[in-house]
Amino acid sequence: MQSAPPESPLTPPSLTGGLRSHLDEEGARGALIAFVSTIALFILALVVIGGSENWPTVRRSFFDFELMWESRGPIWEGFTTNIWMFLVGQVAIMALALLIAVMRSLKGPAFFPVRLLAIVFIDFFRGIPIILGLLLFGFGIPALRLPGLPNSAVFWGLVVVVLSYSAYTAEVYRSGIDAVPDSQRLSASALGLTQWQGLRYAVLPQAIRNVIPALLNGFVSLQKDVALLSVLGVREAVREAQIITGRTFNYSPYVFAAALFLAISIPSARFADWYTAKDRARRSQGAGQ
Amino acid sequence: MKLSMRGIQKSFGANHVLKGIDLDVDDHEVVCLIGPSGCGKSTLLRTVNLLEKIDAGTIYLDGELVSERGVDANAIRQRIGIVFQSYNLFPHMSVLKNLTLGPIKAMGMDRTIAEATATELLERFGLGDKVHEYPDRLSGGQQQRAAIVRSLVGDPEVLLLDEITSALDPELVGEVLSVIRELAGRGLTMVLATHEMGFARDVANRVVFMDAGHVVETGPPSQVLSEPHEVRTQQFLARVIEGGRL
Repeated sequence: MQSAPPESPLTPPSLTGGLRSHLDEEGARGALIAFVSTIALFILALVVIGGSENWPTVRRSFFDFELMWESRGPIWEGFTTNIWMFLVGQVAIMALALLIAVMRSLKGPAFFPVRLLAIVFIDFFRGIPIILGLLLFGFGIPALRLPGLPNSAVFWGLVVVVLSYSAYTAEVYRSGIDAVPDSQRLSASALGLTQWQGLRYAVLPQAIRNVIPALLNGFVSLQKDVALLSVLGVREAVREAQIITGRTFNYSPYVFAAALFLAISIPSARFADWYTAKDRARRSQGAGQ
Repeated sequence: MKLSMRGIQKSFGANHVLKGIDLDVDDHEVVCLIGPSGCGKSTLLRTVNLLEKIDAGTIYLDGELVSERGVDANAIRQRIGIVFQSYNLFPHMSVLKNLTLGPIKAMGMDRTIAEATATELLERFGLGDKVHEYPDRLSGGQQQRAAIVRSLVGDPEVLLLDEITSALDPELVGEVLSVIRELAGRGLTMVLATHEMGFARDVANRVVFMDAGHVVETGPPSQVLSEPHEVRTQQFLARVIEGGRL
């Protein structure tokens, strides 16, 4: 593809790997051009935005660093709620989605009701906007005062996010299962393994490896979507910023919250990219043998 | 009689693949199925270990009717090994794991016994240094030999081989066929679908020529391959000779 020496698949490339090898190829002259044009664009943006008539007002309402510093406590506290919500959510999603995908890919007439159940689940939770699900479940179910179940908004909100994401993620797993050749199942059956054993030992390990890049992508997306629980009054980062904004009529806390989300999601996205590239290298190496 | 098939019929949709096959295989017999592509050889093999359900007919294994509803297909498959054209090893497992998965999980064999058996068999068939390798590090011939060994670990009563050399580079065919030759020498009952006529002549006790879902002719290799009675067999062999494969 390119004349630069290929990176060994054994040594992890740096986070800017793709960018750097591109620069190597173009040489010092290319690097200079890239540097100058980036600076030029940056200055242009500063001039256009900074020169606009309302910039001083906007800067005061969105980039009030003093207010950001003052509000760091509650927003950070709220953000820790985001973190545990998406960590717990991700684990639950990966498990539930796998279960649904397996239910959907069982073959034979005896498993028809199981497949039907999985399809109905997927159709339902993929078809409802998360925000609507949050409002219905988050306010509706606690109102039922079900015995033995928690009534907190955060619990039911997280349940909705998990169910909704699981419907999507189940389809991700299913594409991974479908990508494993039928001959693998056949081969497992030929060894006398049951359908379940064939899935468990032969198909699923390959299927899951197929979809790890897609799962990582979903994880990046989940990190942001747990903020939707703020509509239920869960005191996470966005909600805390909202409270401060309501009091001060200044939007800077939102910008601070946004920075916290970026600080997590950008490294996650780079990691997903890196893993995907590594996985592709592994595959093409395997195929070449 | 190890294996006895009567009136086997199988269709895939409108495609009538097997139109009433009768076939008997004796203990320690090696039977080669030959015939043009699409004649039903592979499908017949798959019906034997119940990977394909038959539409009509009966299959007896050691005098036991196995083609009935309610028969535990997984238990039957543990007694009949099958090796496929495309090896079908599990790519995410080492050779040893590939070999022991079936015996351990399906047959409940003890892990240490399964591993010892597998290692011993690998050594016997020249793969002793590949025990812990992954399939993609092996050549096609080595993979196919590993696949054959995989079907042997559970000590099957019958081994089915479905065109096991068709996907191999020509120079790798020999090493795989020598494994089969050795197994034949040890008296393992085998049914092979093959395009290797020279090998069939060499190793088979009986050759069965199939065409369009029927058994056309059956007999010792010297007769079927050299002096076939049936016109269709003669035509098929003439084309094979033309193609330089006999």
